[in-house]
Amino acid sequence: MPLLEDGRLVADHWASVADGPLPEGAVIVPPARLAEAAPRNAPLGVSIGNDVQVDTLAPWLPRLALVQVTLPKSKDGRAFSQIRALREYHGFRGEIRVAGHVIPDHYAMLLRCGASTVVVPEGSDPAVWRAARRVVSIAYQHAQSAEQPLALLRRRVA
Amino acid sequence: MPEAPFLRVPEHARTYRYDAVDREFLAQRIAEFRGQVRRRLAGELTEDEFKPLRLMNGLYLQLHAYMLRVAIPYGVLNSAQLRQLAYIARRWDRGWGHFTTRQNIQFNWTRLVDVPEMLEALAAVDMHAIQTSGNCIRNTTTDEFAGASPDEVADPRVYAEILRQWSSLHPEFTWLPRKFKIAVRGAEDDRIASRTHDVAVQLKRDPAGAVGFTIHVGGGMGRTPILGVPLFDFVPEAEFLRVMEAILRVYNALGQRENIYRARIKILVRDLGRDGFLALVQDELARMPVEPYRLAPEVVQAIRAHFAPPPFAAAEAVALPADPAFAAWVRHNTRPHRQPGYASAVISLKPVGGIPGDATAEQMEALAELADRHGFGELRVSHTQNLVLPHVRRDELHALWQGLRAAGLATANFGQGTDIIACPGLDYCALANARSIPISQQISERVDALDRAHALGELQIKISGCINACGHHHVGHIGILGVDKHGAEAYQITLGGAPGNDAAIGELIGPSFGYDAVAGAVETILRTHIAHRQPGERFLDTYRRIGQAPFKEALYAVA
Repeated sequence: MPLLEDGRLVADHWASVADGPLPEGAVIVPPARLAEAAPRNAPLGVSIGNDVQVDTLAPWLPRLALVQVTLPKSKDGRAFSQIRALREYHGFRGEIRVAGHVIPDHYAMLLRCGASTVVVPEGSDPAVWRAARRVVSIAYQHAQSAEQPLALLRRRVA
Repeated sequence: MPEAPFLRVPEHARTYRYDAVDREFLAQRIAEFRGQVRRRLAGELTEDEFKPLRLMNGLYLQLHAYMLRVAIPYGVLNSAQLRQLAYIARRWDRGWGHFTTRQNIQFNWTRLVDVPEMLEALAAVDMHAIQTSGNCIRNTTTDEFAGASPDEVADPRVYAEILRQWSSLHPEFTWLPRKFKIAVRGAEDDRIASRTHDVAVQLKRDPAGAVGFTIHVGGGMGRTPILGVPLFDFVPEAEFLRVMEAILRVYNALGQRENIYRARIKILVRDLGRDGFLALVQDELARMPVEPYRLAPEVVQAIRAHFAPPPFAAAEAVALPADPAFAAWVRHNTRPHRQPGYASAVISLKPVGGIPGDATAEQMEALAELADRHGFGELRVSHTQNLVLPHVRRDELHALWQGLRAAGLATANFGQGTDIIACPGLDYCALANARSIPISQQISERVDALDRAHALGELQIKISGCINACGHHHVGHIGILGVDKHGAEAYQITLGGAPGNDAAIGELIGPSFGYDAVAGAVETILRTHIAHRQPGERFLDTYRRIGQAPFKEALYAVA
């Protein structure tokens, strides 16, 4: 599936491997396969369900270059908290990728929570995602992203 | 759209005044919604995807039409805004609006195609419909006498506005398990049904005079009514938003999502227990950085400036005219004011036999005029579906009353038996099982007749047309719940509920009553109260003293 980064479609260098043998190169595995995949000399990512407390990844985070979170339905917002917790509580600096039922209307908020990339449906028009990201450019809250990290209330009196 | 002078904002009305950034934010939000409607019509969004987006812009699909629910932040508005609501009612609806228990207003006959224009008309007076629905943080509610009542320790509007900004399009909390309602009050006297909210905030002061917050969590009505439990006794002001963030983080991560009847925070708090929930909140707080979430004193100061007291006159104490109808209105519909010579005046939207909470465009315009003339152009919406002029000179009360009478708005019944809360019910609502409005009208007429003969005193009757409990029936002294019984409308009656400091969930008295029998049953209950009451005793107190038995006997004894 196409991958969106900073409003553009980009090449995906990662292979997602749920089960079966691990290929060469960068792989995204479920948490249960981290111990098996970690010793390999290749970039390592993990894909977590939205009921996973990201704290359980803590021992692995120094080794991980990517964490993939999932929205099973567009209205299920648990991943937003997982993303924010990875950045804010764990200082995770790698790629946070969002998969599942993501719609352009999520995009700006996902980025403000700290997401990096989104797996988008085949045939998606990146222009629609770029527009959705920019249409509401003002935000009142503190964010994990570089843009407007300080809550609007605070910026006004700064 | 009306010309500028029509929309001139009264100088001393203390609504939060938008700056250029707030206005740009609203314009962007409308542009976003236009785009979402366009993508829906082009098939780029499925109805499942579009539904939460339209709900977060206040747009419901009801039985006969779309309903647009407009936010009135913490129930505060100015006369220009009320005039614009009248204009919207006339231009795009059928000439009236319906004020809700959430201190908002609903237009029940909206066409989808008109919505972007309606939103632009709202934006022209710094209003919107953001987060009046959907699984997000809803309009924060507060005391309709904020900034006026003598018993207030601090002004709840300041913190409600801070919550409004903090919760508007919150990046993490826009896709919650279920809706989330916060109420803030500044007085010990609970006039806002605090403990029926997901989070209830009460402003306190420490011995040094610094503001802090007592916080209850996990209240709610619906299918499983639960009163909120104390979570924090005194949160310092600087920690206010950190604590809110922490509570929402726990809820967003752990709240149930499979079954909508188990998705509110009340179920999570109940299942974890208060201490279990508190431990999780404290765990979040322990890890959360302090500085980004600190509520700085200069921020509070800046917001407080929006709600500075208006320029009160040094008014003398006056003797009011002796007209008995006027005296009754003063007795029931005015409240003491912190400023000598002033009162707060309640405009009842509960004419006997009328529809609770409805106001016509003409009435809204008359009220805007009266607010300009007698109340600094400022108005409030109460959770009991009435309006309030918070600051009126006592020596102008009679003139105000005459103006209200001319507009059909002088019903003297605030807090009385005919001041009924009722949801729209099966006349409008897609969720309802039974009609609420005609039941309310019938009960109102019977109660009015009894009240004239027997002076019932304070009495809260609350009616919901389904188990979602928008009419607050669980906390009515007399609560009425419409249900579907083998395809027919039936009504369950609960007694002994209360929303305030003595909050309680009402108890079911017995088998339900049919559509034609429920008003008679309420009359029987009140006649039983009259027969058993001690001098001056309210229905609620009689019921709590003598219990269910006499009422059951009167309602169900075989003749």
